[in-house]
Amino acid sequence: MTLAALDLFGDQRISFTIIVCYLGLLLLLGLGSSRLFRGTSKDFMLASHSIGPFMLLMSIFGTTMTAFALVGSTGEAFKEGIGVYGMMASSSGIIHSLCFFLLGIKLWKLGHKYGYKTQIQYFRDRLESDKIGVILFPVLVGLVIPYLLTGVMASGTVIQNTTTGTFPSIFPSENPRLDGAIPKELASLAICGVVLVYVFFGGMRGTAWANTFQTIVFMVLGVVTFMVISDKLGGVVAASEAVLEHHPEKLARSEMSKVQFFTYLFIPLSVGMFPHLFQHWLTARSAATFKLPVVAHPLFIMIVWVPCVLLGVWASSIMTADGPMFTDKTPANAVLALMVNKMTSPMLTGLLTAGILAAIMSSLDSQFLCVGTIFTEDMVLHYRGRENITDKQEIWLARSFIVGIVAVTYVLALLLDGTRIFALAVWCFSGFSSLFPLIFASLYWKRLTKAGAYACVIAAAGSWLYLFAQSGFASNPEYTLILPLGGEEYEMMPVVGMIGCSTIAMIVVSLITKAPSGETLKRFFPTKASAR
Amino acid sequence: MKYVVWGMVVLLLIIHQNWFWDDKTLVFGFFPIGLLYHAGISLLAATTWYLATLFAWPIEEEEQKILEQEGA
Repeated sequence: MTLAALDLFGDQRISFTIIVCYLGLLLLLGLGSSRLFRGTSKDFMLASHSIGPFMLLMSIFGTTMTAFALVGSTGEAFKEGIGVYGMMASSSGIIHSLCFFLLGIKLWKLGHKYGYKTQIQYFRDRLESDKIGVILFPVLVGLVIPYLLTGVMASGTVIQNTTTGTFPSIFPSENPRLDGAIPKELASLAICGVVLVYVFFGGMRGTAWANTFQTIVFMVLGVVTFMVISDKLGGVVAASEAVLEHHPEKLARSEMSKVQFFTYLFIPLSVGMFPHLFQHWLTARSAATFKLPVVAHPLFIMIVWVPCVLLGVWASSIMTADGPMFTDKTPANAVLALMVNKMTSPMLTGLLTAGILAAIMSSLDSQFLCVGTIFTEDMVLHYRGRENITDKQEIWLARSFIVGIVAVTYVLALLLDGTRIFALAVWCFSGFSSLFPLIFASLYWKRLTKAGAYACVIAAAGSWLYLFAQSGFASNPEYTLILPLGGEEYEMMPVVGMIGCSTIAMIVVSLITKAPSGETLKRFFPTKASAR
Repeated sequence: MKYVVWGMVVLLLIIHQNWFWDDKTLVFGFFPIGLLYHAGISLLAATTWYLATLFAWPIEEEEQKILEQEGA
């Protein structure tokens, strides 16, 4: 079969061709950046602390923005209206930068000073407890896995939905929506393979380069999609006026509970405890490197989210000859893909799919690398003894664990197919948020004790498990905590209950147990004079 | 100045939380006012964090010492 016979640039296969070209380009970039690899474990895991301001901004932003930033924001705005921007985006712009500022810079300083590569190494020293790793390790890895699953499963679904009709003779299906589409099992495998290759060979440096490229891709393509679709709708004024006529409630926040709006503020605190973000913070060349990410992060969130929220709101009122294009029964997360499919060319569909995959993969790579690093540093090296393992062996151990975690995630994605994965992601974020008091107190409260930290982690894990079970294991996406107060009932996000439990347990137990030693306090809370 | 900056961060969180709650006005004919207000908060957040990097930076001599130690 010749290339011409394959018709790779015809309307039917152009999306597939663009996706393949994009993944190929990414592989080239990843393998190219691996030529800069310096051959040490410090370079593999932390890029030898050499990342500058622009790449730090792009890698942190790319890591924190998942497919939800493009697909979820449009879907949620379609369902709930413009309020989702205030609830999820502008709140993240404030809280994420607050975490970079209050936690990231201090942890960078301590990481440089004492040579940490993982959170657990820091907590072992700060809390004078070797065993804190035993309790934190399963909690952190257990919360990262669902986050990884979100990406792997979403990438398979996105490619499958975009490639309908591409290869009807190879992938026939009774379901017309899936006829000729690349099966999601195969699509997820391809995505895992591409990410694995550039993380395996390039380590953190390859990841940072790939993240920078992918963040540019998904930001630019999000804006291009907005411009093309708004033009198809007759311009931005006509699109918004249609909403005012058919669904005016989408233009305000009146449908939203004010208490729930407030309690959503607690979810972005999760970035304070993301182990993969901790690792990115340590890659910074200097503390001043943080200045650009701290300032530009809220602006980047705005650039990605405002167009997507407007598209979602407009989607609620697009009229065709047969009535509304979308109804309440349209799956919210399918709205953006359907809009692009129905209103633009197959070429833009392919490009937008590449943008969505960029958002997914720029989070997956950091998480795979981070889990590999945690296994190597906090389990093998810690318990076998650093002196028994050479630097070269350390790199190969990390690589082996990365291959293992990619394989486990892929198999889990196959087994859990059909799970409400976006609902699971909110629970995973809430779990990280519930540990925020621990990282904050470890940096700002001298009186935090080992026992207080154990109580905090146990209370966070216990309250998370209890509330997760109460929600029917994420089967009820509308699950909230009800707080009866003064004859009124207030709806709150479950994360508030978790943070409340972990904070109270940490403070009470710390106050009734022995304070940390003077030696530890001197290391982590040096006076101005001793610091110099 | 450091306290002024942290005051601004607190103020930012307060204004993030009832103006335009039920207002459906379209600014410039297309921009819902509630969305424009929160996009403005994003801009204000960036400005506040910029001021924080100037006046409330949490770490220079100490940083230099750490980098020198690492170089050594």
